[in-house]
Amino acid sequence: MIPLRPLMDTTESTVAPLKKNRSPFLQRLANFFAEMAKINSFIFRFFKEAFMPPYEFKEIMRQCYETGVRSFTLITLTGFIVGFIFTKQSRPSLASFGATSWLPSLVSIAILRALAPLVTALIASGKVGSSIGAELGSMRVTEQIDAMEVSGTKPFKYLVCTRVLATTIVIPILATYTAFIALLGGYLNVSGNEGTSYRAYMEAVFDPITFLDFESSLIKSIVFGFTIGIVGCYQGYYSNKGTEGVGKAANGAVVTAMFLVFIEEMIIVQLTGWFR
Amino acid sequence: MEKAKAKIDYNNPVITIRDLYKSFGEMKVLQGIDLDLYQGENLVVLGRSGTGKSVLIKIISGMLRADSGDVTVLGHDMNTIREKDLQELRIRIGFSFQASALYDSMTVRQNLEFPLVRNRKGMSRKEINTATESVLDAVGLLSAINQMPVELSGGQRKRVGIARTLILNPEIMLYDEPTAGLDPITCIEINDLINEVQQRFNTSSIIITHDLTCAKSTGDRIAMLLDGKFDHVGTFNEVFDTDDKRVKPFFDYNFVE
Repeated sequence: MIPLRPLMDTTESTVAPLKKNRSPFLQRLANFFAEMAKINSFIFRFFKEAFMPPYEFKEIMRQCYETGVRSFTLITLTGFIVGFIFTKQSRPSLASFGATSWLPSLVSIAILRALAPLVTALIASGKVGSSIGAELGSMRVTEQIDAMEVSGTKPFKYLVCTRVLATTIVIPILATYTAFIALLGGYLNVSGNEGTSYRAYMEAVFDPITFLDFESSLIKSIVFGFTIGIVGCYQGYYSNKGTEGVGKAANGAVVTAMFLVFIEEMIIVQLTGWFR
Repeated sequence: MEKAKAKIDYNNPVITIRDLYKSFGEMKVLQGIDLDLYQGENLVVLGRSGTGKSVLIKIISGMLRADSGDVTVLGHDMNTIREKDLQELRIRIGFSFQASALYDSMTVRQNLEFPLVRNRKGMSRKEINTATESVLDAVGLLSAINQMPVELSGGQRKRVGIARTLILNPEIMLYDEPTAGLDPITCIEINDLINEVQQRFNTSSIIITHDLTCAKSTGDRIAMLLDGKFDHVGTFNEVFDTDDKRVKPFFDYNFVE
């Protein structure tokens, strides 16, 4: 009887193999730093390859369509509900001060500065991020990425750069659209309760808004879009072999992107606070 | 179909490997591989699962790096090759994956065009169409040109995978388990296709397989991978006639001569 050899894993790890005398904590720390280095090199590679010819314009457009148009219905519904509910929930507090006329201003500041980019980013993390993670993960598992590599094409440029650029372009557009829809949701609630005209509502909405609000909202959306794209691609591109790896890539893309979106939101709010 | 005599140039090795070692962590996979693949030759690598056959061709194609040893492919030293040269070298090597690795979001036509338009700049639409159609015709699947990979059978997927590599006119073909998971009749068709590719495109090939029928009908030379190195290299009959107890069960199992 010939003894069976253990199955072999052909994925090359960038993490140093476990030394027997190394404590689990040190190994986890080493793994963490190795992962950080890998992420940094992934981001650096994106900037190196994304702006060098040849450009994959057709694929970028296709990814913009996938990211944007496919998320349209969900974003519309969510944006409207957020605007409507936020207005409804804010009314009692303002009413107790007799300040319901300030409702449109409150709604517009909250939606434009925080809610629209954040809600869009969270929805996109779930829908777009998971889809990118799963798609690239599945391509990795079925050796499609390897096949691109050995045929002399550049899978990183075709798969990663196009998707990250698409999310970076489309998420700000979607966030602007979400803001508009959420404001409409707010209007429906305000006009239903106070009988405010559309024109008066819009004047009150735009009155407290400054250029900095638009600017910070736009910057936030661009950062969120980039984060969602890069996290989804990273998780998928380096997913482990096997179907379990695909699930983990999709899940990791959503969880990590959402976590980072909140962290970035906090940092950008602090930074823009200094300019106000 | 009987294998036609191949025109092998024994003075012109296209792949030379000396003392190749490769490990994954503590697992030693390749332990001193020596190999010459000559121009026009079909070399079959036989061996048990997990012995590193696929690792070997991944090192040859530059997907993995050797731990030590010399690997020269079409005159390029794979240990020192620059990224740009590797990119150009890969165009000269065709890699047929075990599961075909067709891009499932693209049609058969788009699968074939993908490497072509990115590696052969300046081709007109008409030239691209002609190249795509002629290579699909060569593998007998012109009628499937507008189908999606999911609509194809296992054998058809293999053929399209081979066609996708042939479209770049490679000098070397690397086949990873070309007949795995296929019915016997489709296996024979794939074996014939491998021989046809050798004759028609004058390629040199390494064929990784467990399938002895495939080994016999496609290989000009057989190399048995045992304990991380090549043992028993020769024609099929030379390797088949061995009394080595490590090899004998491999040939005795379910082989119809």
